[in-house]
Amino acid sequence: MDKIKVIEVKEDVRAHNDRAADALRERLREQGTLLINLMSSPGSGKTTLLSATLDRLASELSIGVMEADVDSDVDAHTVAEHGARAIQLHTGGMCHLDAAMTEQGLRNLGVDGLDLVFLENVGNLICPAEFDTGAGAKVMILSVPEGHDKPLKYPLMFEVSDLVLVSKMDVAPYFDFDLGELEKNVRMRNPSAQIMPLSAKTGEGMDTWCAWLRSAVANWKGVKRPRSFWGGQRD
Amino acid sequence: MHELGIVFHMIETLEEVAASNELSAISKVTLNLGEVSGVLPDYLVDCWNWAVKRTEVLHDAVLDVMQIDAVTVCNDCGKTYPTVTYGKTCPHCGSPHTVLLRGNEIEIDSVEGM
Repeated sequence: MDKIKVIEVKEDVRAHNDRAADALRERLREQGTLLINLMSSPGSGKTTLLSATLDRLASELSIGVMEADVDSDVDAHTVAEHGARAIQLHTGGMCHLDAAMTEQGLRNLGVDGLDLVFLENVGNLICPAEFDTGAGAKVMILSVPEGHDKPLKYPLMFEVSDLVLVSKMDVAPYFDFDLGELEKNVRMRNPSAQIMPLSAKTGEGMDTWCAWLRSAVANWKGVKRPRSFWGGQRD
Repeated sequence: MHELGIVFHMIETLEEVAASNELSAISKVTLNLGEVSGVLPDYLVDCWNWAVKRTEVLHDAVLDVMQIDAVTVCNDCGKTYPTVTYGKTCPHCGSPHTVLLRGNEIEIDSVEGM
């Protein structure tokens, strides 16, 4: 009979996902497709903001959207009506997307010819922050009614985000929301994050957001090396 | 169900460990779990016991969770303190310039198998 062996592993569980995410990011870089991981609470206005963004950019950029939800496909239908190539990802009860799920989604979406893909992560401020999806940029949306103290309660989400969009600015007069306090709370966690107030409803801040996207796509493509997306490593 | 996702990642890593070390069955897995990793040990073990039954190599594997206390160091006064009690602000000098030293681990320490 075989003897019991003890093997030292000493590996963080997240390392497995991080390696898959790095490989996916590299392939997307070669393809020239910028993947943006869009994270927020449920009801922050992700789908409304995406629809308004598509109305402004769909004529100049080829845009794909992957809507992740525990169930239903209402969001994918909505954004497809605004000119995106869209699919719905069902996480089957999981609270976040990881790199393997993202890669599977991209294969179903088909990234050929796409400049920009939004990954609308599951509405949740906790675990989407912990798992690298392979995206080239992480953007989070905080809506005004959620309050300016959220960076104190969900620090990791604000630490990992490159850009914080403050959505629903049109309702700010009706809430005790202090943009200055929010900036202070975000800066404490993440001094380099950009903060951008906007409203998809009134159009406030939308030009700045679209300019940020154009320049992010251009920067991403600037390091492009031509090669087929899946690089022949996959079936 | 954050813990279930963690368990799926663990299983992927452990199946690779089993393959590269030619183990046909893993009987025990020791996990170092940081106090502020955001993972609840009880939920993790429940998810583990459910998920491993759907695998071959880990079918009868026991999960042993070792908690690692969270410690933060202050970059201004250089002292350390327990993270959970004092959070981001140093209790010694009041500085906000503090960094988590340990306590965020979700680390597979070792496996036993044959």
